[in-house]
Amino acid sequence: MTELASSPSIPRPASLTWNLAKPLRANLGRYILLAIAISYGVLILGLPLAVVLLEAFKKGLGSYREALLARDALGAMSLSLLVAFLVVPLNTVFGLAAAWLLGKFRFRGRNLLITLIDLPLAVSPVVAGLMFVLLYGAQSPLGPWLAAHDLKIIFALPGIWLSSLFVTLPYVARELLPLLESQGTELEEAAALLGASGWQNFWHISLPRMKWALLHGIILCNARVLGEFGAVSVVSGHIRGKTNTLPLHIEILYNEYQFTAAFAAASVLAFLALITLVFKRVAQKHHTQAASLSA
Amino acid sequence: MFPTRRLAVLALGLILGSPLAPAKTLLNASYDPTRELYRDINKEFLSDWKQKTGESLEIEQSHGGSGKQARAIIDGLEADVATLALAYDIDVLADKGLLSPNWQERLPNKGAPYTSTIVFLVRKGNPKGIKDWNDLIKADVGVVTPNPKTGGGARWNYLAAWGYALKQKGGNELKAKAFVQELYKHVKVLDSGARGATTSFAERGVGDVLLTWENEAFLALNELGADRFEIVVPSVSILAEPVVAVVDRVATKHGTQKQAEAYLSYLYTEKAQDIIARHGFRPRSPKVAQAYAERFKKVSLFTIDELFGGWRAAQKKHFDEGGLFDQIYGASS
Amino acid sequence: MVPRHSRKQIVPGFGVTLSVTLFYVSIMLLLPLAALLARASELSFAQIVPIVTSERVLAACKLSLGAAALAAGVNAILGTVLAWVLTRYDFIGRRWLDALIDLPMALPTAVAGIALSALYGDRGWIGAWTSHFGISIAYTRLGIFVALLYVGLPFLVRTLQPVLAEAERTQEEAALTLGASPWQNFRYVVLPQIMPAILTGAAMAFARGVGEYGSVIFIAGNIPKVSEIAPLLIVTKLEQYDYAAATVIAVFLLSLSLVLLLIMQKLQMQSQRYRLKEVQP
Repeated sequence: MTELASSPSIPRPASLTWNLAKPLRANLGRYILLAIAISYGVLILGLPLAVVLLEAFKKGLGSYREALLARDALGAMSLSLLVAFLVVPLNTVFGLAAAWLLGKFRFRGRNLLITLIDLPLAVSPVVAGLMFVLLYGAQSPLGPWLAAHDLKIIFALPGIWLSSLFVTLPYVARELLPLLESQGTELEEAAALLGASGWQNFWHISLPRMKWALLHGIILCNARVLGEFGAVSVVSGHIRGKTNTLPLHIEILYNEYQFTAAFAAASVLAFLALITLVFKRVAQKHHTQAASLSA
Repeated sequence: MFPTRRLAVLALGLILGSPLAPAKTLLNASYDPTRELYRDINKEFLSDWKQKTGESLEIEQSHGGSGKQARAIIDGLEADVATLALAYDIDVLADKGLLSPNWQERLPNKGAPYTSTIVFLVRKGNPKGIKDWNDLIKADVGVVTPNPKTGGGARWNYLAAWGYALKQKGGNELKAKAFVQELYKHVKVLDSGARGATTSFAERGVGDVLLTWENEAFLALNELGADRFEIVVPSVSILAEPVVAVVDRVATKHGTQKQAEAYLSYLYTEKAQDIIARHGFRPRSPKVAQAYAERFKKVSLFTIDELFGGWRAAQKKHFDEGGLFDQIYGASS
Repeated sequence: MVPRHSRKQIVPGFGVTLSVTLFYVSIMLLLPLAALLARASELSFAQIVPIVTSERVLAACKLSLGAAALAAGVNAILGTVLAWVLTRYDFIGRRWLDALIDLPMALPTAVAGIALSALYGDRGWIGAWTSHFGISIAYTRLGIFVALLYVGLPFLVRTLQPVLAEAERTQEEAALTLGASPWQNFRYVVLPQIMPAILTGAAMAFARGVGEYGSVIFIAGNIPKVSEIAPLLIVTKLEQYDYAAATVIAVFLLSLSLVLLLIMQKLQMQSQRYRLKEVQP
């Protein structure tokens, strides 16, 4: 940064008028940025949400409630929650391990490993489902053995679980990695030299500094599990009330021209996305309280 | 808000799966447009079966694109019966040894308990004056039909158009190809399935005419508003024969052969045929057909065996890699 | 594998995290991938070449890669603005806008596709307006681009936010006190710090865009060689019971995006190295 300070290209405040004009100009830039950001956010994200909510509540609160409390809807919701419950913790642990490894160490093959972890993002969901069909389906080498032992993977819960794991594998890791990279390793090194154990180091030094990113990662991962459609659609078998997750249930409703019920179910997932809001509020309150206590 | 106890029971049921339910269960893997149909038929069949045998049975439904369902069964979806949009998809199951190759001889009407045909859905008042197939290629007409490569129903649409051109005076393969090619130039959206195409046409306002199953057209009028659309029946169309079959290997494994066969035979009873007709499919039973004569307009129908030599031949010639459908898109752009 | 710089070994956990990561990646990633490759390799080279060089497949891959790259590029700029505004400014509705960012993750892609086609169709709020100017968005390539903008945005914003929040304010304050204009502050102080995160986010958005199926299919029109995306071709092959050809296209598409991801990774490393040099002379 010394370079920057001595750089001749930076204009020095030459006169009083310039100085007075500056806040205004700075504010102008600020307003322009705000306008761009808000209109982009509303255009790309806000309007689709508005469509979903408008359609969901088109026929009033009564039919909204009814759509959500329908037997198949509840079944689909509980299956989706169960899958999330089975997926998110595993991918969180993996994400922490992978981000630590890739963020704190440099080793041969590191770039390749990062790219590998990104890979599920690039795999089309349809293909992600197909992979597990090829691996565990009746026509696969494993197929006859699984059938002989009456183990159902594809078209049952394990298949849905596996493909959800695959699809959401990168989220926690990828959310943490840029942060860990930008933080460097100085603090951890210092702690280690002062005699902190590996666990203490992680728990007391690193974790507090990455909790926001971790929270984001978990929320993203969770949201993606609940919302995953393509991959799960391939391995689910679509058995009504049994292997239909919430997104598949929405598809069924939509195909039955029950548009209002379909969007009602979709709005549940949209609200789940907005849960970030609650989390952040709570966490921030906690944060400020802790800060004021220690002060 | 939610009854948590019910949720918990459901979740538990999901984990433990079938052991909780001692009743025998049939899984019917079907294509998309039959959701409403089988919901009604299953109810009737189950009470009928209970009355006759005292056994309480359960039927689970799985719906999806016809080809996707066939693939799922091949890959291990344990469906006791397959009720699909076209015979080719069940032929593929027979090729994999899941049922015997002569499956079409085991039930009346070559395993097709009901039929349908391809009709046009147009906007109210028929502003573009569409009456028959040749009106579809008028300059200002936009057509909506799903992609024959991804949807079973869409293949019937395509073959119906082809057959119409063949049946015209002096019609031949070359003219048919030219006609169908021209027709697909008027297609602005190729949705992946029948319901998607209906939504594009009805809700998004794409195009002037939707090519669809007759039963889907009835349903669209019912669900989306009879005041917005009307059905146009062309002079000539194809006799679409959706087929049903017991998946022997699965039924044997489950010990449900008897029940599965009874279930499919039930489709041919007068009661089931009546439900079928009510849902807009053309019944096989002459008596029921008589009762619904007003609903199903007379139309000159040709079969796929007559004009195309059966599904296997049609599939190979028209829809396989490099087939006529691919050529149409290869040449038109 | 041994860390390259022995200095770094002071930080604990290399062995544990390496084994956890490799184990998990092998089971969850490499195994399914191997199944895919095994199926694709059933075809001989002579059979594969005509599949991937067919006009339709090439057109679809070009469309998928192109639209994904374009959308990632636009999101890299506007997404950065969004992330910046969300972390640096306080304004009414900030929390709501912030919460909205996760929407594309949670909302099933098919629902998004339906909502987008409702918005951008000729009868939709936006579609009706643009059609006055003779621009159709839904059922054209433009529709694909819009859908990928939607799908990719959270990757940019969510990757940038933690980094922007972390970025050293002291340096910025110093620069501003020394009279740097806000733009200079951003260009010379902030941007070098967040560049790796921008590239990461863009790479993820790009990767996701290439494979995206559900939301695009409702708004694309799916006309061969015009608006047909590569994942749709894979589905088409499957419908013909041609698993081998489907996996070949899948692997082809995947390798193309892998190469691009690796390039991005290299770029990111470079930008980081550049930054390190600058910060620690």
